[in-house]
Amino acid sequence: MADEIMLLDWWSSMFGMRVRIALVEKGLKYESREEDLNNKSPLLLEMNPVHTKIPVLIHNGKPICESPIIVEYIDEVWKDKSPLLPTDPYQRAHARFWADYIDNKIFQLGGKIWTRKGEDQEAAKKELMECLKILEGELGEKPFFGGENFGFVDVSLVTFSCWFYAYESFGNFSIEAECPKLIAWTKRCLQKSSVSSSLPDPLKIHDFVVQLRKKFGIE
Amino acid sequence: MPEEGVKLFGTWVSPFSRRIEVALKLKGVQYEYIEEDLTNKSPALLHYNPVNKQIPVLVHNGKPVAESFVIMEYIDETWKHNPILPADPYERAMARFWAKYIDEKFWPAARKIVVAKGEEQKGEIDEIQQQMKNLEGELKEKKFFGGESLGFLDIAANIIIWLVVAQEALGMDQILNEEKLPVLYGWLQRLLDDAVFKECVPPKDRHLDLFKVKFGSSIASK
Repeated sequence: MADEIMLLDWWSSMFGMRVRIALVEKGLKYESREEDLNNKSPLLLEMNPVHTKIPVLIHNGKPICESPIIVEYIDEVWKDKSPLLPTDPYQRAHARFWADYIDNKIFQLGGKIWTRKGEDQEAAKKELMECLKILEGELGEKPFFGGENFGFVDVSLVTFSCWFYAYESFGNFSIEAECPKLIAWTKRCLQKSSVSSSLPDPLKIHDFVVQLRKKFGIE
Repeated sequence: MPEEGVKLFGTWVSPFSRRIEVALKLKGVQYEYIEEDLTNKSPALLHYNPVNKQIPVLVHNGKPVAESFVIMEYIDETWKHNPILPADPYERAMARFWAKYIDEKFWPAARKIVVAKGEEQKGEIDEIQQQMKNLEGELKEKKFFGGESLGFLDIAANIIIWLVVAQEALGMDQILNEEKLPVLYGWLQRLLDDAVFKECVPPKDRHLDLFKVKFGSSIASK
């Protein structure tokens, strides 16, 4: 019996993008449903009643929520192709630690950069750059966070890269100037079809942020 | 000479380091416990966890692992007997989902309750009641979230005890009471009665005394 896979998603979500990348890495066919986040579908409310958020993966009718949990699930079920986590427990712990770090920092800090002004915005910029420098240090000389191969931490972080242009525009700073190796890594990742097919154009994200700022009355 | 053995940096009151103690004891792993003073963190802790500078940190043969859920998964993968996560990927995803829920939703609300007043406190109480009902939906008829024995989510959910003790210290009515939340209440009694878990719970009096001092200003201004 063929697997039925559906992804409830939203085009600009870095979290949805992670799941897209994982599904493509594993060569899986799936149905993608774009949610209207201002008018959530009955299916979304049924499949994720606790958070009512995307992404939700529905595998043979059963929902899995929260992007790092979904990506690990995909990695465990379809374990024979393109493993995203290494096999060694210590290296797995290392990867999970950094994915958790990314989840605790980047989204909130990036969000503050395009929603706040003045001191708040400056503080968020400073902290974001510190975090990205720490991540760049963790990458080191490796081609990917996963080493020779694209892995779990790469999936977790690369989806923010299409939002960098928006952060830089509204924050008036350059990520590449301070983290050139990290930007080189994003370009390396974009050479993979799983990444390039899953990430929207940064200009489109930028325009979306312009609309959001108008909507929320942020000048 | 390479460092050998297992060390755990924690604090006696932290539900996060308690998670690791329970996991290690369930697996019968011998370890050295180091009590940290979080107002004066040791050079060793800062060396082993330079990024977050937090406890718990597990050090296994000289290699550090930080973040309680990351450590628990490491323990389960390294010492494979008495598994704390189920074998089925879907059930694993469910355990991880609810554990994350507890840390991201329950824990911030619990911390707010002890300092909030009036309507704000009532709002947090309602919120936590709903969260506990959600957890009951996951527990259903089972003895523990992990089934017949303690699992990942039971260990994660030990943090609920923090709120129970804090509410007692503040003289508040317990949110987790038998009348309103019989399923979760029953689970908590079984958890507190579990032979391994019992060894990891701090003495109630000591716990209460600390919380009375810590949240004491909240009582004074009520």
